[in-house]
Amino acid sequence: MTNTTATYQSMTAKEVTRFIVDKKPLFILDVRNEENYSDWRIEGETVESVNIPYFELLEGVEAAIERIPAEGTVLVVCAKEGSSIFVAEQLAEAGRSDVFYLEGGMRAWSEYLEPVKVADLQSGGELYQFVRIGKGCLSYMIVSDGEAAVIDAVRMTDAFEQLAAEKGVSIKHAIDTHLHADHISGGRTLAENTGASYWLPPKDAGEVQFKYEALQDGNEITVGGTRIAIQALYSPGHTIGSTSFIVDDRYLLSGDILFVESIGRPDLAGLAEDWVSDLRETLYSRYKELSEELIVLPAHFGKITELGEGGQVSARLGDLYKHNPGLNIQDETEFRRTVTENLPQQPNAYQEIRQVNMGKIAPSAEDQREMEIGPNRCAVHDK
Amino acid sequence: MHKDLVVDTKGLACPMPIVKAKKALDSLQAGQVMEVLSTDKGSVNDFQAWVKQTNHELIKHEEEQGVYKFYVRKV
Repeated sequence: MTNTTATYQSMTAKEVTRFIVDKKPLFILDVRNEENYSDWRIEGETVESVNIPYFELLEGVEAAIERIPAEGTVLVVCAKEGSSIFVAEQLAEAGRSDVFYLEGGMRAWSEYLEPVKVADLQSGGELYQFVRIGKGCLSYMIVSDGEAAVIDAVRMTDAFEQLAAEKGVSIKHAIDTHLHADHISGGRTLAENTGASYWLPPKDAGEVQFKYEALQDGNEITVGGTRIAIQALYSPGHTIGSTSFIVDDRYLLSGDILFVESIGRPDLAGLAEDWVSDLRETLYSRYKELSEELIVLPAHFGKITELGEGGQVSARLGDLYKHNPGLNIQDETEFRRTVTENLPQQPNAYQEIRQVNMGKIAPSAEDQREMEIGPNRCAVHDK
Repeated sequence: MHKDLVVDTKGLACPMPIVKAKKALDSLQAGQVMEVLSTDKGSVNDFQAWVKQTNHELIKHEEEQGVYKFYVRKV
Protein backbone atom coordinates (compact mmCIF):
# COMPACT_ATOMS: atom_id res chain seq x y z
CA MET A 1 0.00 0.00 0.00
CA THR A 2 1.25 3.38 -0.88
CA ASN A 3 1.58 5.89 1.90
CA THR A 4 -0.20 8.96 0.63
CA THR A 5 0.25 11.03 3.78
CA ALA A 6 2.14 14.19 2.99
CA THR A 7 5.38 14.31 4.95
CA TYR A 8 7.76 16.92 6.18
CA GLN A 9 10.54 16.65 8.73
CA SER A 10 12.35 18.71 11.29
CA MET A 11 15.89 19.96 10.80
CA THR A 12 18.02 21.04 13.76
CA ALA A 13 20.22 24.14 13.91
CA LYS A 14 23.19 21.76 14.00
CA GLU A 15 22.09 20.19 10.70
CA VAL A 16 21.56 23.61 9.11
CA THR A 17 25.10 24.51 10.18
CA ARG A 18 26.42 21.48 8.27
CA PHE A 19 24.81 22.76 5.07
CA ILE A 20 26.56 26.11 5.53
CA VAL A 21 29.97 24.80 6.58
CA ASP A 22 30.02 22.03 3.96
CA LYS A 23 28.72 24.47 1.35
CA LYS A 24 25.74 22.36 0.35
CA PRO A 25 22.81 24.14 -1.32
CA LEU A 26 19.87 24.94 0.94
CA PHE A 27 16.76 26.87 0.03
CA ILE A 28 15.03 28.68 2.88
CA LEU A 29 11.47 29.91 2.98
CA ASP A 30 11.46 32.36 5.88
CA VAL A 31 7.88 32.96 7.04
CA ARG A 32 8.55 35.65 9.68
CA ASN A 33 7.40 39.20 9.09
CA GLU A 34 9.39 41.39 6.71
CA GLU A 35 10.96 43.51 9.45
CA ASN A 36 12.40 40.54 11.32
CA TYR A 37 13.65 38.98 8.11
CA SER A 38 15.45 42.09 6.92
CA ASP A 39 16.99 42.58 10.37
CA TRP A 40 18.40 39.08 10.81
CA ARG A 41 18.24 35.80 8.90
CA ILE A 42 20.11 32.59 8.15
CA GLU A 43 22.87 33.23 5.66
CA GLY A 44 25.49 31.16 3.89
CA GLU A 45 27.38 31.06 0.62
CA THR A 46 25.16 28.20 -0.55
CA VAL A 47 22.00 29.40 1.17
CA GLU A 48 19.29 31.12 -0.79
CA SER A 49 16.22 32.49 0.93
CA VAL A 50 12.90 34.15 0.24
CA ASN A 51 10.61 35.86 2.71
CA ILE A 52 6.86 35.29 2.63
CA PRO A 53 5.19 35.93 5.99
CA TYR A 54 3.04 32.99 7.16
CA PHE A 55 0.00 35.25 7.42
CA GLU A 56 0.10 35.66 3.66
CA LEU A 57 -0.13 31.87 3.31
CA LEU A 58 -3.20 31.24 5.45
CA GLU A 59 -5.41 30.39 2.49
CA GLY A 60 -2.88 28.35 0.60
CA VAL A 61 0.75 28.07 -0.32
CA GLU A 62 0.52 28.64 -4.09
CA ALA A 63 2.38 31.93 -3.73
CA ALA A 64 5.20 30.10 -1.97
CA ILE A 65 5.28 27.20 -4.43
CA GLU A 66 5.82 29.71 -7.24
CA ARG A 67 8.84 31.20 -5.51
CA ILE A 68 10.67 28.08 -4.36
CA PRO A 69 12.55 25.68 -6.64
CA ALA A 70 10.63 22.57 -7.71
CA GLU A 71 13.29 20.26 -6.32
CA GLY A 72 15.94 20.14 -3.62
CA THR A 73 15.81 20.65 0.12
CA VAL A 74 13.53 23.45 1.26
CA LEU A 75 13.65 24.61 4.87
CA VAL A 76 10.80 26.63 6.34
CA VAL A 77 11.91 28.99 9.11
CA CYS A 78 10.02 31.12 11.63
CA ALA A 79 10.67 32.69 15.03
CA LYS A 80 9.90 29.71 17.25
CA GLU A 81 8.67 26.91 14.96
CA GLY A 82 4.86 26.89 15.06
CA SER A 83 4.30 28.83 11.87
CA SER A 84 7.03 26.98 10.00
CA ILE A 85 5.33 23.66 10.80
CA PHE A 86 2.03 25.12 9.62
CA VAL A 87 3.57 26.14 6.28
CA ALA A 88 5.75 23.02 5.87
CA GLU A 89 2.68 20.83 6.28
CA GLN A 90 0.85 22.72 3.54
CA LEU A 91 3.85 22.54 1.20
CA ALA A 92 3.96 18.78 1.69
CA GLU A 93 0.20 18.51 1.09
CA ALA A 94 0.66 20.50 -2.11
CA GLY A 95 2.99 17.74 -3.28
CA ARG A 96 6.39 19.31 -2.61
CA SER A 97 8.86 16.72 -1.31
CA ASP A 98 12.07 17.27 0.65
CA VAL A 99 10.35 19.76 3.00
CA PHE A 100 11.80 20.60 6.41
CA TYR A 101 11.12 23.09 9.20
CA LEU A 102 13.72 24.53 11.55
CA GLU A 103 13.32 22.91 14.96
CA GLY A 104 12.98 25.66 17.60
CA GLY A 105 13.02 28.37 14.94
CA MET A 106 15.36 31.36 14.96
CA ARG A 107 15.55 31.13 18.74
CA ALA A 108 17.28 27.77 18.47
CA TRP A 109 19.38 29.12 15.60
CA SER A 110 20.58 31.96 17.84
CA GLU A 111 21.63 29.50 20.55
CA TYR A 112 23.44 26.81 18.59
CA LEU A 113 27.21 26.51 19.12
CA GLU A 114 29.44 24.63 16.68
CA PRO A 115 32.71 23.52 18.31
CA VAL A 116 35.67 23.78 15.90
CA LYS A 117 39.14 22.59 16.80
CA VAL A 118 41.62 25.36 15.97
CA ALA A 119 44.90 23.66 16.83
CA ASP A 120 47.00 21.31 18.84
CA LEU A 121 49.15 23.55 21.00
CA GLN A 122 52.94 23.30 21.12
CA SER A 123 53.01 21.95 24.61
CA GLY A 124 50.38 19.28 24.16
CA GLY A 125 47.05 21.00 24.74
CA GLU A 126 44.25 21.90 22.36
CA LEU A 127 42.47 25.10 21.40
CA TYR A 128 38.78 25.10 20.41
CA GLN A 129 36.61 27.82 18.97
CA PHE A 130 32.86 27.69 19.60
CA VAL A 131 31.06 29.31 16.70
CA ARG A 132 27.64 30.71 17.62
CA ILE A 133 26.74 30.79 13.98
CA GLY A 134 23.32 32.43 14.26
CA LYS A 135 24.52 35.41 16.23
CA GLY A 136 28.17 35.66 15.26
CA CYS A 137 29.68 35.17 18.73
CA LEU A 138 32.91 33.24 19.19
CA SER A 139 34.01 31.62 22.47
CA TYR A 140 37.23 29.72 23.12
CA MET A 141 38.31 26.78 25.21
CA ILE A 142 41.88 25.86 25.99
CA VAL A 143 42.38 22.31 27.19
CA SER A 144 45.62 21.06 28.70
CA ASP A 145 46.71 18.40 31.10
CA GLY A 146 43.42 17.83 32.92
CA GLU A 147 42.44 21.50 33.01
CA ALA A 148 40.57 23.97 30.85
CA ALA A 149 39.99 27.71 30.51
CA VAL A 150 37.01 29.20 28.68
CA ILE A 151 37.24 32.67 27.18
CA ASP A 152 34.19 34.79 26.37
CA ALA A 153 31.73 32.04 27.28
CA VAL A 154 28.20 32.58 25.99
CA ARG A 155 25.02 31.90 27.97
CA MET A 156 24.69 28.30 26.74
CA THR A 157 27.36 26.95 29.09
CA ASP A 158 26.36 23.29 28.55
CA ALA A 159 28.43 23.19 25.39
CA PHE A 160 31.63 24.00 27.32
CA GLU A 161 30.86 21.64 30.18
CA GLN A 162 30.10 18.90 27.67
CA LEU A 163 33.45 19.28 25.87
CA ALA A 164 35.24 19.41 29.24
CA ALA A 165 33.54 16.14 30.22
CA GLU A 166 34.47 14.51 26.89
CA LYS A 167 38.07 15.57 27.36
CA GLY A 168 38.11 14.57 31.03
CA VAL A 169 39.25 18.03 32.14
CA SER A 170 37.96 20.43 34.76
CA ILE A 171 37.29 24.06 33.92
CA LYS A 172 39.52 26.20 36.14
CA HIS A 173 39.12 29.61 34.57
CA ALA A 174 36.25 31.49 32.94
CA ILE A 175 37.61 34.69 31.42
CA ASP A 176 35.83 37.58 29.69
CA THR A 177 37.89 39.88 27.48
CA HIS A 178 35.48 42.71 28.30
CA LEU A 179 31.98 43.50 29.57
CA HIS A 180 29.83 42.32 26.67
CA ALA A 181 26.95 44.37 25.28
CA ASP A 182 25.59 42.15 22.52
CA HIS A 183 25.14 38.87 24.39
CA ILE A 184 24.78 37.61 27.92
CA SER A 185 28.02 36.26 29.28
CA GLY A 186 28.08 32.68 30.52
CA GLY A 187 31.31 33.29 32.45
CA ARG A 188 29.76 33.75 35.85
CA THR A 189 27.37 30.78 35.46
CA LEU A 190 30.21 28.60 34.26
CA ALA A 191 32.31 29.61 37.26
CA GLU A 192 29.41 28.85 39.62
CA ASN A 193 28.77 25.46 38.01
CA THR A 194 32.37 24.30 37.94
CA GLY A 195 34.13 26.15 40.75
CA ALA A 196 36.29 27.99 38.21
CA SER A 197 37.59 31.50 38.82
CA TYR A 198 35.77 34.23 36.89
CA TRP A 199 38.12 36.86 35.49
CA LEU A 200 37.10 40.33 34.28
CA PRO A 201 39.11 43.46 33.50
CA PRO A 202 38.50 45.75 36.53
CA LYS A 203 38.08 48.87 34.37
CA ASP A 204 34.97 47.27 32.84
CA ALA A 205 33.78 45.98 36.20
CA GLY A 206 33.30 49.23 38.13
CA GLU A 207 29.60 48.58 38.63
CA VAL A 208 29.48 44.80 38.86
CA GLN A 209 27.55 43.26 41.73
CA PHE A 210 29.59 40.10 42.25
CA LYS A 211 33.11 38.96 43.10
CA TYR A 212 35.59 38.39 40.32
CA GLU A 213 39.32 37.98 39.76
CA ALA A 214 40.89 41.17 38.41
CA LEU A 215 42.42 40.67 34.98
CA GLN A 216 45.40 43.01 34.59
CA ASP A 217 47.86 43.75 31.81
CA GLY A 218 50.74 41.30 32.01
CA ASN A 219 48.81 38.67 34.01
CA GLU A 220 49.70 35.16 33.01
CA ILE A 221 47.09 32.48 33.59
CA THR A 222 48.23 28.91 33.16
CA VAL A 223 46.15 25.94 32.12
CA GLY A 224 47.38 22.49 33.05
CA GLY A 225 50.12 23.23 35.54
CA THR A 226 52.49 25.58 33.77
CA ARG A 227 51.92 24.27 30.28
CA ILE A 228 49.76 26.75 28.42
CA ALA A 229 50.26 30.43 29.07
CA ILE A 230 47.46 32.95 28.53
CA GLN A 231 49.13 36.36 28.53
CA ALA A 232 46.81 39.30 29.16
CA LEU A 233 47.41 42.33 26.97
CA TYR A 234 45.52 45.51 27.88
CA SER A 235 43.92 46.72 24.64
CA PRO A 236 41.24 49.35 25.34
CA GLY A 237 38.94 50.81 22.70
CA HIS A 238 35.76 48.76 22.35
CA THR A 239 35.39 49.14 26.11
CA ILE A 240 37.86 50.84 28.42
CA GLY A 241 38.83 47.52 30.02
CA SER A 242 39.10 45.42 26.83
CA THR A 243 41.90 42.90 27.22
CA SER A 244 43.37 40.58 24.60
CA PHE A 245 45.24 37.34 25.17
CA ILE A 246 48.21 35.69 23.59
CA VAL A 247 47.86 31.94 23.93
CA ASP A 248 50.80 29.59 23.53
CA ASP A 249 52.84 32.43 21.93
CA ARG A 250 50.86 31.89 18.73
CA TYR A 251 47.25 32.93 19.00
CA LEU A 252 45.95 36.44 19.61
CA LEU A 253 42.48 36.35 21.13
CA SER A 254 41.45 39.88 20.21
CA GLY A 255 38.03 40.10 21.88
CA ASP A 256 35.91 42.81 20.25
CA ILE A 257 38.89 44.99 19.34
CA LEU A 258 39.90 43.42 16.04
CA PHE A 259 37.79 41.23 13.77
CA VAL A 260 38.66 39.52 10.51
CA GLU A 261 36.90 42.03 8.25
CA SER A 262 36.40 44.96 10.60
CA ILE A 263 37.29 46.53 13.95
CA GLY A 264 35.36 47.01 17.20
CA ARG A 265 32.97 49.90 17.71
CA PRO A 266 33.67 52.16 20.69
CA ASP A 267 30.12 53.39 21.35
CA LEU A 268 28.24 50.62 23.15
CA ALA A 269 28.93 51.98 26.63
CA GLY A 270 28.02 55.49 25.51
CA LEU A 271 31.59 56.82 25.47
CA ALA A 272 32.59 56.63 21.80
CA GLU A 273 34.35 60.02 21.71
CA ASP A 274 36.39 59.21 24.81
CA TRP A 275 37.52 55.81 23.61
CA VAL A 276 38.42 56.55 20.00
CA SER A 277 42.03 57.40 20.80
CA ASP A 278 42.38 54.24 22.93
CA LEU A 279 41.03 52.18 20.05
CA ARG A 280 43.46 53.79 17.62
CA GLU A 281 46.39 53.36 20.00
CA THR A 282 45.58 49.66 20.46
CA LEU A 283 45.14 48.91 16.75
CA TYR A 284 47.78 51.17 15.24
CA SER A 285 50.51 50.90 17.92
CA ARG A 286 50.02 48.22 20.54
CA TYR A 287 49.01 45.38 18.19
CA LYS A 288 51.52 46.56 15.60
CA GLU A 289 54.37 45.70 17.97
CA LEU A 290 53.21 42.07 18.08
CA SER A 291 54.45 39.35 15.74
CA GLU A 292 52.77 39.42 12.34
CA GLU A 293 52.68 35.63 12.52
CA LEU A 294 50.13 35.61 15.34
CA ILE A 295 46.79 34.05 14.39
CA VAL A 296 43.98 36.42 15.32
CA LEU A 297 40.96 34.76 16.93
CA PRO A 298 38.24 37.38 17.52
CA ALA A 299 35.14 37.25 19.74
CA HIS A 300 32.79 37.87 16.80
CA PHE A 301 32.29 37.62 13.11
CA GLY A 302 30.05 39.99 11.18
CA LYS A 303 29.55 38.25 7.86
CA ILE A 304 29.13 34.59 7.06
CA THR A 305 31.96 34.91 4.51
CA GLU A 306 34.37 35.22 7.45
CA LEU A 307 33.86 31.52 8.18
CA GLY A 308 36.77 29.50 6.84
CA GLU A 309 37.65 25.81 6.84
CA GLY A 310 35.28 23.80 9.05
CA GLY A 311 33.53 27.01 10.09
CA GLN A 312 36.62 28.46 11.79
CA VAL A 313 37.02 32.24 12.00
CA SER A 314 40.68 33.30 12.09
CA ALA A 315 43.35 35.25 10.21
CA ARG A 316 47.06 36.00 10.38
CA LEU A 317 47.74 39.37 12.02
CA GLY A 318 50.09 40.44 9.22
CA ASP A 319 47.37 39.73 6.65
CA LEU A 320 44.86 41.80 8.57
CA TYR A 321 47.27 44.76 8.50
CA LYS A 322 47.19 44.42 4.71
CA HIS A 323 43.50 43.75 4.10
CA ASN A 324 41.31 44.78 7.03
CA PRO A 325 39.76 48.17 6.19
CA GLY A 326 39.76 49.19 9.86
CA LEU A 327 43.56 48.85 10.06
CA ASN A 328 44.18 50.93 6.97
CA ILE A 329 42.84 54.36 7.82
CA GLN A 330 45.98 56.47 8.05
CA ASP A 331 44.27 59.79 8.74
CA GLU A 332 43.25 60.17 12.40
CA THR A 333 40.27 62.40 11.67
CA GLU A 334 38.94 59.93 9.16
CA PHE A 335 39.46 57.12 11.65
CA ARG A 336 37.51 59.06 14.27
CA ARG A 337 34.69 59.59 11.79
CA THR A 338 34.61 55.94 10.73
CA VAL A 339 34.28 54.63 14.28
CA THR A 340 31.86 57.25 15.63
CA GLU A 341 29.61 58.28 12.75
CA ASN A 342 27.16 56.29 10.64
CA LEU A 343 27.61 53.27 12.87
CA PRO A 344 25.29 50.33 12.40
CA GLN A 345 22.24 50.06 14.63
CA GLN A 346 23.14 48.91 18.16
CA PRO A 347 22.66 45.27 19.13
CA ASN A 348 19.18 44.37 20.38
CA ALA A 349 18.63 45.31 24.06
CA TYR A 350 22.34 46.14 24.49
CA GLN A 351 21.83 48.35 27.53
CA GLU A 352 19.86 45.68 29.37
CA ILE A 353 22.40 43.06 28.34
CA ARG A 354 25.18 45.14 29.95
CA GLN A 355 23.08 45.35 33.12
CA VAL A 356 22.69 41.57 33.18
CA ASN A 357 26.42 41.12 32.69
CA MET A 358 27.06 43.47 35.61
CA GLY A 359 24.71 41.44 37.80
CA LYS A 360 22.36 44.40 38.23
CA ILE A 361 19.30 42.66 36.80
CA ALA A 362 18.48 38.97 36.57
CA PRO A 363 15.80 38.39 33.92
CA SER A 364 14.12 35.00 33.42
CA ALA A 365 15.70 32.52 30.99
CA GLU A 366 12.89 33.29 28.54
CA ASP A 367 13.55 37.04 28.70
CA GLN A 368 17.29 36.47 28.27
CA ARG A 369 16.62 34.57 25.03
CA GLU A 370 14.44 37.42 23.76
CA MET A 371 17.07 40.02 24.64
CA GLU A 372 19.66 38.23 22.53
CA ILE A 373 17.57 37.98 19.36
CA GLY A 374 19.34 39.40 16.31
CA PRO A 375 22.93 39.74 15.11
CA ASN A 376 25.80 40.95 17.34
CA ARG A 377 26.66 44.20 15.47
CA CYS A 378 29.86 44.82 17.44
CA ALA A 379 31.96 45.85 14.44
CA VAL A 380 31.99 49.27 12.82
CA HIS A 381 31.36 47.79 9.37
CA ASP A 382 28.36 45.61 10.30
CA LYS A 383 25.16 46.62 8.60
CA MET B 1 -14.79 50.65 22.82
CA HIS B 2 -17.65 49.13 20.84
CA LYS B 3 -16.91 45.67 19.52
CA ASP B 4 -19.00 43.24 17.54
CA LEU B 5 -16.91 40.17 18.21
CA VAL B 6 -14.25 39.03 20.69
CA VAL B 7 -11.66 36.50 19.54
CA ASP B 8 -9.86 34.95 22.47
CA THR B 9 -6.53 33.39 21.50
CA LYS B 10 -4.96 33.57 24.96
CA GLY B 11 -2.52 30.73 25.54
CA LEU B 12 -2.18 29.97 21.83
CA ALA B 13 1.13 30.27 20.01
CA CYS B 14 1.96 31.32 16.48
CA PRO B 15 0.35 30.92 13.97
CA MET B 16 -2.97 30.27 15.76
CA PRO B 17 -3.77 33.83 16.93
CA ILE B 18 -3.74 35.08 13.35
CA VAL B 19 -5.42 31.96 11.94
CA LYS B 20 -8.32 32.48 14.36
CA ALA B 21 -8.42 36.23 13.82
CA LYS B 22 -8.59 35.72 10.06
CA LYS B 23 -11.53 33.31 10.34
CA ALA B 24 -13.34 35.74 12.59
CA LEU B 25 -12.66 38.65 10.28
CA ASP B 26 -14.11 36.71 7.35
CA SER B 27 -17.40 36.39 9.28
CA LEU B 28 -17.73 40.14 9.93
CA GLN B 29 -19.65 42.71 7.89
CA ALA B 30 -17.89 45.79 6.60
CA GLY B 31 -17.63 48.41 9.35
CA GLN B 32 -17.83 45.92 12.21
CA VAL B 33 -15.11 45.76 14.86
CA MET B 34 -13.46 42.74 16.44
CA GLU B 35 -11.27 42.57 19.52
CA VAL B 36 -8.49 39.98 19.47
CA LEU B 37 -6.91 38.87 22.75
CA SER B 38 -3.50 37.22 22.70
CA THR B 39 -0.77 36.31 25.16
CA ASP B 40 1.78 35.58 22.43
CA LYS B 41 4.27 38.44 22.57
CA GLY B 42 5.88 37.25 19.34
CA SER B 43 2.70 37.80 17.36
CA VAL B 44 2.39 41.53 18.17
CA ASN B 45 4.49 42.64 15.20
CA ASP B 46 3.02 39.92 13.01
CA PHE B 47 -0.46 41.07 13.86
CA GLN B 48 0.22 44.63 12.81
CA ALA B 49 1.90 43.50 9.59
CA TRP B 50 -1.00 41.17 8.84
CA VAL B 51 -3.71 43.83 9.29
CA LYS B 52 -1.72 46.23 7.13
CA GLN B 53 -1.39 43.64 4.40
CA THR B 54 -5.14 42.86 4.45
CA ASN B 55 -6.00 46.58 4.16
CA HIS B 56 -8.38 46.45 7.13
CA GLU B 57 -8.02 49.02 9.88
CA LEU B 58 -6.10 48.44 13.09
CA ILE B 59 -7.88 50.97 15.30
CA LYS B 60 -5.58 50.47 18.27
CA HIS B 61 -3.67 47.90 20.24
CA GLU B 62 -2.71 47.81 23.88
CA GLU B 63 -1.27 45.56 26.53
CA GLU B 64 -2.85 44.87 29.87
CA GLN B 65 -1.15 42.53 32.34
CA GLY B 66 0.45 40.37 29.69
CA VAL B 67 -2.63 40.28 27.45
CA TYR B 68 -2.35 42.01 24.08
CA LYS B 69 -5.59 43.49 22.72
CA PHE B 70 -6.05 44.39 19.09
CA TYR B 71 -9.09 46.21 17.70
CA VAL B 72 -9.63 45.72 14.00
CA ARG B 73 -12.37 47.28 11.84
CA LYS B 74 -13.34 45.41 8.69
CA VAL B 75 -13.20 47.64 5.63
